[in-house]
Amino acid sequence: MEDLLSARLQMAISLGFHIIFACIGMAMPFLMAVAEYKWIKTGKVVYRDLAKAWSKGVAIFFATGAVSGTLLSFELGLLWPTFMEHAGPIFGMPFSWEGTAFFVEAIALGLFLYGWDKLNKWVHWSSGLVVGLSGVASGIFVLAANAWMNSPAGFDWVNGQAINIDPVAAMFNDAWFSQALHMTIAAFVATGFAVAGLHALLLLKHRNSDFHRKAMKIALAIGAVAALLQPLSGDYSAKDVADRQPAKLAAMESHFETKKGAGLVIGGIPDVENREVNYGIEVPGLLSFLAHGSFDAEVTGLEEFPEEEWPPVLITHIAFQVMVGCGMLMALVGLMYLLFEWKWKHLITRRWFLWLVGIMAPLGFIAVEAGWTVTEVGRQPWIIYGIMKTEDALTSMPGLQYPFYLFTGLYLFLSIVLVWLMARQISTLEETYESVSYKR
Amino acid sequence: MLLDIIIFFLAFSLVLYCLFGGADFGGGILELFVGKHNWQLVDKAISPVWEANHVWLVLIVVILFMGFPSIYSIVSQYLHVPILILLVGIILHGTAFTYRHYDAKKDASLKVYNWVFRLSSVLATFFLGVIVGAAILGRITQQPETFYEGFMAPWINLFSFSVGLFTLFLFSFLAAVYSMGEARGKREKQALSRIAKWLTVATVASGAVVFLIGEMSDLYLLSRFIYSPFAIGSVLISAIILPFLWRSLTENRAWRSRLLAGSEMVLVLVAWFEVQHPVVVAIANAPDLTFQNSAAPESTLMQLVIALVVGSLIILPLLFYLMRVFKKEQIPNA
Ligand code: HDD
Ligand code: HEM
Ligand code: HEM
Repeated sequence: MEDLLSARLQMAISLGFHIIFACIGMAMPFLMAVAEYKWIKTGKVVYRDLAKAWSKGVAIFFATGAVSGTLLSFELGLLWPTFMEHAGPIFGMPFSWEGTAFFVEAIALGLFLYGWDKLNKWVHWSSGLVVGLSGVASGIFVLAANAWMNSPAGFDWVNGQAINIDPVAAMFNDAWFSQALHMTIAAFVATGFAVAGLHALLLLKHRNSDFHRKAMKIALAIGAVAALLQPLSGDYSAKDVADRQPAKLAAMESHFETKKGAGLVIGGIPDVENREVNYGIEVPGLLSFLAHGSFDAEVTGLEEFPEEEWPPVLITHIAFQVMVGCGMLMALVGLMYLLFEWKWKHLITRRWFLWLVGIMAPLGFIAVEAGWTVTEVGRQPWIIYGIMKTEDALTSMPGLQYPFYLFTGLYLFLSIVLVWLMARQISTLEETYESVSYKR
Repeated sequence: MLLDIIIFFLAFSLVLYCLFGGADFGGGILELFVGKHNWQLVDKAISPVWEANHVWLVLIVVILFMGFPSIYSIVSQYLHVPILILLVGIILHGTAFTYRHYDAKKDASLKVYNWVFRLSSVLATFFLGVIVGAAILGRITQQPETFYEGFMAPWINLFSFSVGLFTLFLFSFLAAVYSMGEARGKREKQALSRIAKWLTVATVASGAVVFLIGEMSDLYLLSRFIYSPFAIGSVLISAIILPFLWRSLTENRAWRSRLLAGSEMVLVLVAWFEVQHPVVVAIANAPDLTFQNSAAPESTLMQLVIALVVGSLIILPLLFYLMRVFKKEQIPNA
């Protein structure tokens, strides 16, 4: 395999792996905090058991997130040394703050995991909250770095060198806010739905389990609220992309010709050679509205850019459709849940609804992976948008397919082990908690 | 000034990574010797603080790519292969450690975790040393003619391997001393103290070997050493400490031994830093990289310093609190 392709795939797989743990690391502490809070307030042991059971799983995910993140910090250099040599001094600032966030997170996690019997209840609860807050902070910091790649700022590029570097301006670039907001919400959607789905499936098996019912409700409530906010934040992101990276937006929407009153293509398979989309449904004027806020605004098409600067249209388009599709489904189920919670509580534990929630379990993470594909593939062929091409950033080391195989194998192996570990975790959970009948 | 503060933080992170991360890796290596029934011991010694350990490594990497981008880019380009192996070691070590700790069932899988944990500890430690050795040896060649010259020769050599071996002994020495305080029975304590003594000898001997092979590889560490009062001083102090450490080990004094062993580690690092200074990465066909000639622009260094200083003001009290909560019970038997 070609070196550039191997490197890109290796980067994609490593980041795609890491982001799962990052999402869990950001959202799960808050789920546990809700459970622990309810335990402290109501004294019902089931909530404490729930928080503890979750924390055992979380410890495993945290460690995996930490090693995969450590790997990434080396990988950026192993694969893209030229990029890092120029970008490091400019976008390093959020990473240097991220270091602090990691530390706080790791320390608070130590207190949380090992301190159940050693700390005062509220101190323990706060340490859990701090884990979550610093997780979100570290996510936002890395996102500022990624946003800088999409929307470079804080330097002048003269003869292939960066001068007048201003790291603060680089960090608070045009894209950071929309990306940070969207990603943070995404972590809650993905984790909330995954956890709720898991407990819904377990509820189907153990119909009377108070444990799983309470678990599902906490997770689903958080996931539902986030899922309803996400389309709003996504719309804001899309408007932002339309302004700063019109080629990415055009690729997302398979929008080839610059047009006023452009229609939104839903689904469909772009045919890049003939510059058209087959089998899609077009809603007139909607793209103009979504991108620029008015039904007859002009939307830049791919034709404005030389073809060698087009991102891969097919991948970007499909990934975008997948993300939005998953997002809409989850928003719908989230809305249903909130309605049931408000008016028709008895429906929440009906078989069909549990099945529905169970099926939704992977959708949030699918949306996250698809969304990142949109962002990263949609930036191609640039590694720093408009400044440096990905191919020019590649390391001079040949034979990059071997590291790629190695890492792919390793991640595959770890994923299998993780699934197996979780299955074991759940099966002992069943032994411990199913037999206990909690007093209501 | 800015540069000095950053170098201080870099050195500080390196010291702490070697102290804590080193004990963590060393624990795995030690298990190879201590035998399979005692793994809980090593596990107990490191679990509450380990979550913070590798963050030191990440901090080192971040300081390098933000503050000294050409060091980061040259090292990761030409030492790609050993770094890759180090990373494999780090992944397997970290995951095996946590998985065996948190696996809901304790059955035959324990055996697999144990072996993965031990072997990956050896792998990671050895290659950490190899990378450090290769960076200073000076066989890194820019625009190499062949793959071997560019990406293998810089680290496949006796010198780098000897530094790897030295690191292995050093880290397992640390772990042996640290674990003594956690050992419950007298027999266990004595076994560990015996191992710690052996490892002290092995560390000193392999350190001498590093110097020797350096001379043979045209890396005249010895002559640089002789002209560096700091380095000589550090080695002298560490030699003076040795008998005390030995006695403290014989008397099974856990905390005193830990402190002394930790000081030995710090002194080794100081001496090494002094000998190598100002070169950070030696290059065969271009000027060597120093902190001075590879530093990022001033505006970046300023932000880095702010992040580091403010960050430590936040972190240090928390770290102290963590240690206090978890290590409190052990201090009395010092
Ligand atoms: C649970 C996950 C999830 C869900 C339901 C959605 N997204 Fe998303 N989206 C992400 C998870 C995500 C992400 C993985 O988190 C991305 C990748 C980069 C980023 O900042 O967020 C992303 C990126 C992303 C981008 C590109 C931003 C950029 O390149 O800067 C746009 C335009 C949208 N999204 C729009 C939407 C819309 C209109 C949605 C309507 C439902 C939507 N997203 C749902
Ligand atoms: C964790 C979420 C992320 C995911 C899933 C992700 C996904 C991807 C994918 C799919 C690619 C390959 C694109 C292609 O070559 O076609 C890629 C490339 C890359 N990403 Fe990301 N990305 C993420 C976040 C980040 C962040 C936060 C950074 C940096 C701060 C980053 C830096 C890079 C770099 C340097 C490349 C290689 C150059 C390139 O292809 O443009 N990514 N990523
Ligand atoms: C947008 C993409 C990313 C997000 C949202 C993100 C977020 C997070 C979060 C929340 C954690 C802590 C959770 C846990 O430990 O499980 C974490 C861990 C980590 N991440 Fe990422 N990350 C991203 C990409 C990256 C990249 C590109 C790097 C490397 C340059 C990186 C380096 C790390 C490291 C070193 C850790 C371990 C820190 C620790 O021990 O807690 N991350 N990340």
